[in-house]
Amino acid sequence: MLRLPAQVYTEIVGHCLSGLPDEACGLLGGDPATGAVARCYPTRNLAASAKLYEVDPGQHLRADRDAEANGMAIIGVFHSHTHTDAYPSPTDVAQAPDPGWHYVLVSLRDSHPMVRSYRIIGGRIDEEPVIVGAGPGERAR
Amino acid sequence: MPVEVRLPTVLRPHAGGQSTVVATGDTIGEVLADLVRNYPAMAGQVLTDDGTLHRFVNVYVDDDDVRYLEQLATKVPDGATVSILPAVAGGCGR
Repeated sequence: MLRLPAQVYTEIVGHCLSGLPDEACGLLGGDPATGAVARCYPTRNLAASAKLYEVDPGQHLRADRDAEANGMAIIGVFHSHTHTDAYPSPTDVAQAPDPGWHYVLVSLRDSHPMVRSYRIIGGRIDEEPVIVGAGPGERAR
Repeated sequence: MPVEVRLPTVLRPHAGGQSTVVATGDTIGEVLADLVRNYPAMAGQVLTDDGTLHRFVNVYVDDDDVRYLEQLATKVPDGATVSILPAVAGGCGR
């Protein structure tokens, strides 16, 4: 299960929309034990492509350090699919870097963004529930 | 010269769960070779069979990505920290 505070959900979708026509990407900081995300780290897509993304390694290093300094870890990555489903592509599966991570896909194909999350372990794809609004003082929905 | 090497979560099980280990070398190539010598299960995940940097990892000396320096020949100054992170990439592919 992935828990996204409303603010983080908004940052993810906003970053993906602002990246059009290319795919956009970023990292998620939070608690690896619970899947609760606390911080969104939008990053540049070095591939600058509507078909591929590559998280800027320098921004990844800074995000990793910031997460650790704040008692968190990087627990996942998000990226947009601009004209296909919010489902991991063979490229996403082949390059999934960490079986402990959450893989968030944002499809911008239709009129409303679709946000879904997956675990990818040993090439197997399992969708997981996404709970938005699980931050302090927020009501889950 | 011993340096601190920060490991990504995916490599930590190969080092007894440690997030940071010590390896020895004056260049990134020497440090990574020593790392793999100490933790052989990392072989193939950090360096390729022909001894080059694996494309699925990024390696940094302090704040700098060694791919933009001298790759494996990059010098590791005294007191520097070497960080290894997964390369994060993908995309719809079509």
